[in-house]
Amino acid sequence: MSIPEPTALERLVNGILPENPIYRQFLGMCPTLAVTGAMKPAMTMALATAFVLISANVIISWMRGLLRPHLRILVFTLTIATFVTIADRFLAAYLYEMSKALGPYVPLIIVNCIIISRCEICASKQNVGVALADAVGMSLGFALALASLATVREILGSGSWFGIRLLPADWPHWTIMILSPGAFFTLGLLLALVNWLGQRRAGAAALRTKAKS
Amino acid sequence: MEIVITLAQIAIGAALINNFVLHYFVGICPFLGVSRRVDTAVGMGLAVTFVMTIAAMLSWVFTFYILRPGASLPAWAWHAVGGAPGTTIDLSVLSYIMYIFVIAASVQFVEMYVRKFFPAMYKSFGVYLPLITTNCAILFACLEIMKHLQEPSRLWGMPEALTLAVGGGLGFTLAIVLMAGIREELDVCDVPRALRGPGIALIVAGILAMAFMGFAGVDRGIETTLTILMKK
Repeated sequence: MSIPEPTALERLVNGILPENPIYRQFLGMCPTLAVTGAMKPAMTMALATAFVLISANVIISWMRGLLRPHLRILVFTLTIATFVTIADRFLAAYLYEMSKALGPYVPLIIVNCIIISRCEICASKQNVGVALADAVGMSLGFALALASLATVREILGSGSWFGIRLLPADWPHWTIMILSPGAFFTLGLLLALVNWLGQRRAGAAALRTKAKS
Repeated sequence: MEIVITLAQIAIGAALINNFVLHYFVGICPFLGVSRRVDTAVGMGLAVTFVMTIAAMLSWVFTFYILRPGASLPAWAWHAVGGAPGTTIDLSVLSYIMYIFVIAASVQFVEMYVRKFFPAMYKSFGVYLPLITTNCAILFACLEIMKHLQEPSRLWGMPEALTLAVGGGLGFTLAIVLMAGIREELDVCDVPRALRGPGIALIVAGILAMAFMGFAGVDRGIETTLTILMKK
């Protein structure tokens, strides 16, 4: 192998910001847009995805010696589908209201590209410890992205955060932020903000090296 | 004649009012990824519609005869092995695994069929065809059909399931083609540097979603019109 595989710590840190699944890799857009109307469903979704991602990554990494190239995607999807069924039954049993509110988006975790891509990129090649660290990092990055989107949408749309009122009662609720167009606008503008900050930092670094020379 | 009204409502609902992409946010990945040119967008939309129809048909059969609570095949098997009569068997916990199998298999079959009989079309689809397996719009269609097969009082038949799939697929095609048309024009516009790429595409999608909100209530109008027409 010419390039050494990243270590566990690098995998963990990479998932949170440098390779953030939403803002950097543009993966897993469906749940990101669909469940971020308020903080509660967004965080439930983040937890469910984290559970599936961590379990699938660990199991796949465990049996990576048994994988055959032409069958691996099928094995990944079936493993993920099993854990999604567990998560879905758990939510239906203990958080019935939330499971109703999330509706089809819990089963849709099966086709969340973040999980398949992590199985493919990391778990099928590296040992259990690295795969676990990678899954935790990616889950944190995903939760962070969902939280940023849900914070903007819930505060502007309902004037509250996690159901706690923040804005005065006579705040004109921006209903559009809770509906589907608001999801697209918010994610588009947050992406632009992230890009703008990145470009500004790159620009400042370039200026500094110029001044030095 | 009730069935015509129901089918019209399902089709309009899936294609326009609750458009799969712009209202339910399923199939966003190809919607953003394959919408740079109108001709590839048309191909992708039609391929998704095709696979969605086949997957919906198969998953309706599996759900109706095997997976739904009180389905006939498991009950028969239970009886055959000498189980106590009158037990309702609910296998719906297996649905997700079954649907993923069905989708992967139908994509595989469609790929083989297209390669054998329409080689030119196969070449133009290229890598998009296998990617349809992980398209959430198709699993979403299967889940919607499953939702309507849970309550024994108002079961969906095969026509309803197929209408949902075709309507949803055509709605997806409409959305992705509109998006591709707008993005072709955007190429010659001066977009702020930070917004270039997915950023501006998402904002355009937001405006499209706002436009599609205008379709709300169309289904009730169609119901009234059809009822009046049928009375004549």
